[in-house]
Amino acid sequence: MWLRSHRPAAALMKKSEGTRRDFLRACIAGAAVLGTGGSMELLEAAEQSSALVKSRVVIARDPMLRGAGTTVDSKRALNLLDHAMQALFDADHPADPWKNLVRPGDRVGLKVNALGGHAFSSNLQLVEAVCERLQEAGVKANDIVVWDRDTEELERAGFHISSAPNHVQCFGTDRTGYEEDLVTYGSVGSRLSKILTRSCNVLINMPLLKDHDGAGVSMALKNMYGVIHNPNKYHPNGCNPYIADVNMLPDIRTKMRLTICDATTAMYEGGPAYKPQYSWKNNALMVSRDPVALDYVGWQAIERKRAEKKLKTLEAEKRAPLYIATAADAQHRLGTNDPRRIAVIEAQAGR
Amino acid sequence: MAREMISLADVKFPDVSPINEIARGAELGPRLLPLDRRSFLKCAVMAGAVCGISAFAEPCAALLPWAGGPTQGDSQFTAEARFYEKLQNKKIKCKLCPRECVVGDRERGYCGVRENRGGTYYTLVHSRVCAAHIDPIEKKPLFHYLPGTLAFSLATAGCNVNCKFCQNWDISQVRPEQIRADYAPPKTVAELAKQNRCPTIAYTYSEPVIFSEYLMDTADAGHEAGVRSVVVSNGYMQTESLKAAYGKMDAVKIDLKAFSESYYRDVVGGELKPVLDSLVTLRKLGKWTEIVYLVVPTLNDSDSEFRGLVRWIKTNLGVDVPVHFTQFHPQYLLKNLPLTPVPTLERAKAMADAEGLHYVYIGNVPGHPAQNTYCPKCRHLLVERVGLTTGQILIRKGSCPFCKQPIPGIWHA
Ligand code: SF4
Repeated sequence: MWLRSHRPAAALMKKSEGTRRDFLRACIAGAAVLGTGGSMELLEAAEQSSALVKSRVVIARDPMLRGAGTTVDSKRALNLLDHAMQALFDADHPADPWKNLVRPGDRVGLKVNALGGHAFSSNLQLVEAVCERLQEAGVKANDIVVWDRDTEELERAGFHISSAPNHVQCFGTDRTGYEEDLVTYGSVGSRLSKILTRSCNVLINMPLLKDHDGAGVSMALKNMYGVIHNPNKYHPNGCNPYIADVNMLPDIRTKMRLTICDATTAMYEGGPAYKPQYSWKNNALMVSRDPVALDYVGWQAIERKRAEKKLKTLEAEKRAPLYIATAADAQHRLGTNDPRRIAVIEAQAGR
Repeated sequence: MAREMISLADVKFPDVSPINEIARGAELGPRLLPLDRRSFLKCAVMAGAVCGISAFAEPCAALLPWAGGPTQGDSQFTAEARFYEKLQNKKIKCKLCPRECVVGDRERGYCGVRENRGGTYYTLVHSRVCAAHIDPIEKKPLFHYLPGTLAFSLATAGCNVNCKFCQNWDISQVRPEQIRADYAPPKTVAELAKQNRCPTIAYTYSEPVIFSEYLMDTADAGHEAGVRSVVVSNGYMQTESLKAAYGKMDAVKIDLKAFSESYYRDVVGGELKPVLDSLVTLRKLGKWTEIVYLVVPTLNDSDSEFRGLVRWIKTNLGVDVPVHFTQFHPQYLLKNLPLTPVPTLERAKAMADAEGLHYVYIGNVPGHPAQNTYCPKCRHLLVERVGLTTGQILIRKGSCPFCKQPIPGIWHA
């Protein structure tokens, strides 16, 4: 697939415009995701907790994301992204959120997850949509780099590898290598991808929503294992405190602006490798500027699916994602895992 | 593409001092010169010449002359692993080291050099040499094994622990595809060792546990060619794999990194008990074994730990196993600690001597008299060492020439 270069914004906006009121109507506080009470109680809980709210996590859905087929429709992906971003930023216009995030001259890295091949990697249409909006916000195509660990894995996932001028760049760290110098935080000492250190000043994280046999779940924070040269060293003990420590490395922490979690297809068991029998077509996106809150909300979504499938909780399986609490603790403060401090906003797209 | 071949005389070896327990190859000067350009080219033909770029910046390339680089297509380096169990859902359980990584399809174990592909487990580092040097055997250190000889020393990427003081973290803590490597099949290694007048191949620098299959095949090829094998290892290995792999070795050096589980957990990322078990197994196998204990200030240098260590050695391995207390240099994730003070090393040695161990050395302190070997009975100097070079070797027929006390070790090729 070629990553789409700039398209006139107006044509897209027409189809994807939603009003702020639409989003707020769809807004439900965190308790909804946690599966409690009726709607009145939810609203009350939302009001009561509003004074505490720090972090927004938007879950945007489009049941018709794939139309009648099995692949995600490009236009609907863009529309879904717009709904999610407008809800997150309280914006009336699809272009507005991006202007808050990036400026012309920024060099933006989209850290995708391409480990699962064509079947289960960051969605191409979604990545394209993000590239499109970034360019509309003034970022040059060749200042955008779509990347993961390995070029071949990106190719297997369907990405078109490119380092041509005036195009969105797409390749793996194997092409650039890792910095010679080690960076350390807590229990972690790693070399960082030169793509992160030298090719971008803004990082947008584009993970998947999935079960993980070691960490419990794998979403925003775990996706940063693809930035370091030695992720295999940090899987013991449920990846705890390693995931949190990796996310504290200065280049990651200071450049991270946003997480767009691709939950169009998600996995509730058997991860991280793709197991179709444990996946579901969720047709959703989760976006947040707080990766800890996003992971917390995603974890709850996986637990609900597991309950629906009559599977034990992750805690009962002794693989609860303890790294989330570590990431929120006083040593890390990467975000919040306190449900009272998380506003979960549901946005319905495709109407 | 024409490729310029260069001889070792043209290669500038890194100026590395003999620090920590697995320091890299030091300058050897004229001893390397016999490998001339013609020998290189001959080797290249024998090896099936993997061609590529001509920059021979890495010492590995200097010794593996056919090496172009980067030879990153992995089929030539991939072989089915020998120590694992197949599980359900295409998972496997690795049985090479005590971690017993359970690895899903398309994933790797902790060491990063073994990968599950469709339910079959593979090593990715067979014949994938990322560092090769010709070292004095004293550098391993092996002091009671062919003193004054050379070892053709090699490593692949990867390690099954993550010591915070690792001297070679840039090869031990990386995945194989992250570092330049060259194809060096077992027979070629044996041939090169012979050509370079090395009676021994040494598996060293990173952690040979994780390239056991390659080590076993190379040891076999070496023995067929009349070249011995020694391994420098952390000993963090399962008993069965240890017997199979290190059973092929002529001598073994084990880095016993501390005598406490907490140090192994916090500083090494491993466990003490399996390493002690390995030492006992090696003794039962009758393998010549020496022990290195890197003394890290404040972390493993207490009297009680030294005492526990030497008593355990005396009880379980006997008084004749050489023990090297070596000086720590700040490295990797432990740059905040100072060099080990020499008096600390001397304190450790004094305690070991007092417990009755016969051969206790102080390492990484050039010129220290405790680098020499003395007869435990008459105290005469038997092997004199200066830095990494050996001076007089007075041992005759495995015994002290002055009092006839047998001196254990492998003294003659
Ligand atoms: S050798 Fe590697 S894969 Fe096997 S158990 Fe040890 S660390 Fe895990």
